[in-house]
Amino acid sequence: MTHMGLLLAAVLFVLGLAGLLARRNLLMILVSIEIMLNAAGLAFIAAGAAWNQPDGQVMFLFILTVAAAEVAVGLALVLQLHHQTKSVDADRANRMRG
Amino acid sequence: MPVLFGFAAIIAIVATVMAISRLNAVHALLYLVPSLLAVAVAIYALGAPYLAALEVIIYAGAIMVLFVFVTMMLNLGEASKRQEQQWQPGRGWIGPTILAGLLFAAFLVSLLRAGPPTAAHYVGPHDVGLALMSTYVLGVELASMLLMGAAVAAYHLGVAVVGKQQKAAETAAKVGTP
Repeated sequence: MTHMGLLLAAVLFVLGLAGLLARRNLLMILVSIEIMLNAAGLAFIAAGAAWNQPDGQVMFLFILTVAAAEVAVGLALVLQLHHQTKSVDADRANRMRG
Repeated sequence: MPVLFGFAAIIAIVATVMAISRLNAVHALLYLVPSLLAVAVAIYALGAPYLAALEVIIYAGAIMVLFVFVTMMLNLGEASKRQEQQWQPGRGWIGPTILAGLLFAAFLVSLLRAGPPTAAHYVGPHDVGLALMSTYVLGVELASMLLMGAAVAAYHLGVAVVGKQQKAAETAAKVGTP
């Protein structure tokens, strides 16, 4: 059962990684990062369930906090970039000066 | 519980595949919501009901609302969909798929070596709360500071955009009504 949890976490993490590498839309890149963070948290929960310890769930809580903070700052940056370049293309950011 | 977990896992994987491959950002977000809900069910089946509830409230609730809100603010229309079709000629997925497959093979090898499978133990909210407020109390304080810093940073990054838009709207209204 916990092995299946780890397997699901691995599949979700790999899917998020593929999306992160393939997409150029900044919003989709953030979505892929969310999927990967969620998969990492699921792995922590499966490990905590295997060892009968609450530490895995505590780690998931911290991952939840980090994900919330990351998505708030990331989406504000996407808004700022869209305001300046009128695009959500990740490659546009290499034309920033100063 | 294993049947519940199997169903949830299948739904999560299918919904995630759809989410990362949609051209329209709103469709991708709408596929991501069932994916996160299915992961919450999987967490519940693994014996962590408290974290399953938090996953629904924070991931599928708060974070997804933030994403949908920003997507609506950006107002990406048909033009962005055409641009996505230009960006995604299909063969752009070959490299990422190979790299992700290699990583997955590494995961599988390490999982097969992990020893015999164990049963999932139920760890209730009581034990989690005790660990959170005793062993990890410093981490909780740091998490609150991180959230505060993120809120301030998001405000400072966002206020410039919104302020400029308001100023532009005001000048446009002045020009419009002399």
